[in-house]
Amino acid sequence: MSEPASPLGGASFDGLVRITENPPRGMITLRGDLASAKLQKAVETVSGLSVPALQGAVIDGERGVCWMSPDELLILLPHADAASAVAAMSTALNGEHALAVDVSDARASFALEGEGRLIRETLAKLSPADLRMQSLPTGMLRRTRLAQVPAAFYLASETKAELICFRSVAAYVFGILRHAATPGGEVGYLP
Amino acid sequence: MSRRLKSGGRLIDRSRPMLFSFNTRSMRGFAGDTVASALLGEGQMLVGRSFKYHRPRGIVTSGPEEPNALLGIGAKGTFEPNARATTTELFDGLEAKSQNHWPSLDFDIGAINSKLWRFFPAGFYYKTFLWPQSFWKHVYEPVIRQSAGLGKPPKARDADHYEHFYAHVDVLVIGGGIAGLTAAKSAGEAGAEVLLVEQTAHWGGRAPVDGAEIDGKPGEAWIDETVAALEAMPNVRLRTRTIGAGVYDHGYTLLDERLTDHAPDPETPRHRLWKVRAAQIITATGAIERPLSFAGNDLPGVMLASAVRDYVVNFGIAPGDRTVIVTNNDDGYRTALVLKEAGLEVPAVLDARAEATGPLAEEVREAGITVQAGRGIAKVTGQGRVQKVWACDQAGSGTNADPIEADGVAMSGGWSPVVHLWSHCGGKLNWVEDQAHFAPDPERAPLCASGKPFVLTAGMASGAMTTADVLADAHRAGQTAAEATGRKGTVKAPEAVAEEVQPMAPVWKMPAQAPYKLKAKSWLDYQNDVKVTDVELAAQEGFESVEHAKRYTTLGMATDQGKLSNINGLAILSGELNSDIPSVGTTTFRPPYTPLVMGAIAGEAKGELFQPIQRTPIHDWHEENGAHWEPVGHWRRPYAFPRNGESVEDAVKREVLAVRNEVGLLDASTLGKIIVKGPDAGRFLDMMYTNMMSTLKPGKCRYGLMCSENGFLSDDGVVARIDDDTWLCHTTTGGADRIHAHMEEWLQTEWWDWKVYVANVSEHYAQFAVAGPKARQVLEALGPDFDVSKDTFPFMAWTEGALGNLPVRVFRISFSGELSYEIAVPASRGRALWDKLLEAGKPHGITPYGTEALHVLRAEKGFIMIGDETDGTVIPQDLGLHWAVSKKKDDFLGKRAQERDHMVGPLRWKLVGLETVDGSVLPDGAYAVGEGTNENGQRSVQGRVTSTYYSPTLDRGIAMGLVQHGPDRMGEVLDFPKVDGEVVQAQIVDPVFYDKDGEKQNV
Repeated sequence: MSEPASPLGGASFDGLVRITENPPRGMITLRGDLASAKLQKAVETVSGLSVPALQGAVIDGERGVCWMSPDELLILLPHADAASAVAAMSTALNGEHALAVDVSDARASFALEGEGRLIRETLAKLSPADLRMQSLPTGMLRRTRLAQVPAAFYLASETKAELICFRSVAAYVFGILRHAATPGGEVGYLP
Repeated sequence: MSRRLKSGGRLIDRSRPMLFSFNTRSMRGFAGDTVASALLGEGQMLVGRSFKYHRPRGIVTSGPEEPNALLGIGAKGTFEPNARATTTELFDGLEAKSQNHWPSLDFDIGAINSKLWRFFPAGFYYKTFLWPQSFWKHVYEPVIRQSAGLGKPPKARDADHYEHFYAHVDVLVIGGGIAGLTAAKSAGEAGAEVLLVEQTAHWGGRAPVDGAEIDGKPGEAWIDETVAALEAMPNVRLRTRTIGAGVYDHGYTLLDERLTDHAPDPETPRHRLWKVRAAQIITATGAIERPLSFAGNDLPGVMLASAVRDYVVNFGIAPGDRTVIVTNNDDGYRTALVLKEAGLEVPAVLDARAEATGPLAEEVREAGITVQAGRGIAKVTGQGRVQKVWACDQAGSGTNADPIEADGVAMSGGWSPVVHLWSHCGGKLNWVEDQAHFAPDPERAPLCASGKPFVLTAGMASGAMTTADVLADAHRAGQTAAEATGRKGTVKAPEAVAEEVQPMAPVWKMPAQAPYKLKAKSWLDYQNDVKVTDVELAAQEGFESVEHAKRYTTLGMATDQGKLSNINGLAILSGELNSDIPSVGTTTFRPPYTPLVMGAIAGEAKGELFQPIQRTPIHDWHEENGAHWEPVGHWRRPYAFPRNGESVEDAVKREVLAVRNEVGLLDASTLGKIIVKGPDAGRFLDMMYTNMMSTLKPGKCRYGLMCSENGFLSDDGVVARIDDDTWLCHTTTGGADRIHAHMEEWLQTEWWDWKVYVANVSEHYAQFAVAGPKARQVLEALGPDFDVSKDTFPFMAWTEGALGNLPVRVFRISFSGELSYEIAVPASRGRALWDKLLEAGKPHGITPYGTEALHVLRAEKGFIMIGDETDGTVIPQDLGLHWAVSKKKDDFLGKRAQERDHMVGPLRWKLVGLETVDGSVLPDGAYAVGEGTNENGQRSVQGRVTSTYYSPTLDRGIAMGLVQHGPDRMGEVLDFPKVDGEVVQAQIVDPVFYDKDGEKQNV
């Protein structure tokens, strides 16, 4: 089988921060009762991680579990594992009202790397989310808007943010991130 | 004439001269100058012609309230019209041009209007250019627009770039004068996170010019110390050149930061528009001095008294060598002292108050300046600038005035707090009698979600008029704001010595009994050329509401939004109406406080980033293969693929015939795909669709219709049942997000207890239609691991497996009427499958086709298209889709609505085919006319064209349309007039033009 292709072929830009389109990532939308033991077990089986609290993101390398809404999780994993993980999870959730669906290819994702304050300021030029450190610590996923499109991001560390958007607007998102990270546009506001 | 003084000017750096041009004349200023101060330094007092009468106008103010000195700055891609010279910082090479003059600033033909002023009263345009109606558009308006109007819109694309920035903060302080500094410091020291912004490049506001002493130090020293202290606080951030533009609900505030206007740099964004969420907002926006309304108060050389001292102290400019001061309050005396100190002559201070007894008046007398109490100005005269000031008794009518030789007038009519930002979100005002101004009423503040105030005012913006009061008020505001964010303030307020002040006296007309002739030369609104007599006329003609009078006279409607004219205008109005000012009230203050450039509002949204464009995984291939694009929502879809030299029409024709005769390939990835799963999913879909979805067997597909609760057709698509409790719903391209939201809304609000989950997986899949008689051979060539034969994989079935070694789900559905497979593949492998299909299809003549061929193919088959045959007023029954509306179901969205009388009436417009008698193509949207006229006297109509194409298959025009009980009228010929009046005749026929029995798709 051919290699899966990301929409921008791994485009990157060096500006105030380094912006890189990630290779395809596995993503599963899981809807169900997040308090259910069966669901929590199913999540742990495929990701090795626990269900996060409100707005939380539990990340361990390529794997992660993100809180999306009171009845929705986003599970991150290697792209090649997504299809089998959906099958495994559906089996594990048999008899429980839940929906696990592969959405890996519906998305594009980007990494923003560099100085923490510049990463936060780059995002703050596009997103109305509160990017102050106390409001968006590592371990939190923020669903928001970037200029004119929906997006979500979390800080994997103080020097790296991960950002997810829809696949069809990958070029637009890359364009607005590049614009926001163009040298000369330092704001010098966030500490 | 104005000139640069030999020394002085606290803001300019005489060691750094700068060259600039004004109307192509080369001029010199210094670093730190504004364009206004640099022009005055070069003796350029005439800066523009007025809007209506083309009167010569000069600089009046030193700040953002400037009505006259509006210039075009820059050229080509960096040109900006209506820039205020008083707030534009000078840089080397700046190009400035005056506006509204023809042919030149010094000789202007339009100035004849000034002699004809009697013929241009308020409402002149409304009264004069009424008839004939067509003349307005073609004669009056173009001529008026040519002669009236200020800045010209830029013609070139904006060469600069802009950005937005979202910030969140506890306390936002707007205004960096001593009030803003004090408020920021007290909030900051209490522990609140503070953002302090100042519109100019300098901190401290008026205090250094007006000689405030704080905590026993000269104002300037205190300001420097306080700024240093604030800069050292980690929880306080400061920005200069950042103006508060608007305050909105929930503490949302718009700030405009001017990054490079003072030092152009293409690398840096020119403006940054801040969108701040602040828990508390303190407006420390100061006050604006009011002009006085005497005849000739618009002559170049007449300035606000505060501006005169700003130019002397800040920029080392003498606005005039002999300046008469006219005032109704103590502040005018400060200007007298500043002028005297600079060695300039002050022939007289005319104080409109009956007595002049304050300490400042005494100081001025001691300095040897003549003070005349109870006096005002009857008129100012001169050729294009002040030459003579005629002093008179304020109480009289201006007779027996004494001439004073002068080249400048400094006027002070009192101070109005800048209440704009306070008022934007509903803050109310009180009339303060002893200051004759409106001030914020803290009891009626803008309220946040909790019901508590979220905007506070500080200093002069509150109506505090002395340094001591300003500091105490600002300190209190800072403390209150900090406490509202959960902090506790303990620090002491800075202090100033209490001042003794003689009360001001309101003066609305000068002299009080001024006759018509004088009032008709007394300007209220300089920018829109509105005089005292215009407002009086409006009142006489019955425009009693301040909002009506404003619109009738255009008072306060120019780009300065009446910053100088508001109070003076409504005082005249209330005087004329014999009522008091508070009962007349003010007009509404709306954002932005000063005009924003369009680029700042657009931010990054220009050029390629103007709008997001959605791209399918095959977008690049389409582009490389010459796609003629069609926007569909935010998607770009190929309309057709013209080959070298081929017209778009010919390409469509070729693509249609390829599908009919061989095989075509369509990128249908944009279709919406929604997974619906759960024990109640079948029941839920039976409610969402008009037909039955719960009975669909796994492995099968069914075409379905969705209606709004009013019965109107909203979306359509093929539903596939995946397993016992999972369905996959296809929607139209534009419907994906809308229908997903529609489903969620019903699930979350009405049927919250049903066990159904939905997920929008539209973009996870690339999806292609392989359509045409040879479609099966193409699939077979890719070695499917599933059977594609007619019997095992019949029409309206789906299957999944591997095709060309890629994981696919294949639906045997057809929108073209041909043998057709729609193949879904994960988007990351979409391009791989597309390439394989092209390769495998080559021997069979596979032809990529676009949306127009898709449309023609479906129209030949009489298939409807959402958005063509539907427009929000059409029900399925109108389209002959009764078969897809279940009669067995108790309920579905739209069911009851479709049973209403009007919906089942015999006169509904219904779907038919239309064939022109001569074989031509009907114009899209054309109406079929009927007999007679309707109640509006318009020609009656009885139907309209909804889809119309040239059919390459049939080699003639075909169309679908909605015609009044059309299906009962087969064979009738209707008249369709074209725009040019010619009539096309078309016969009503069956809407299925091709393969009526559907044999071709079922092979």
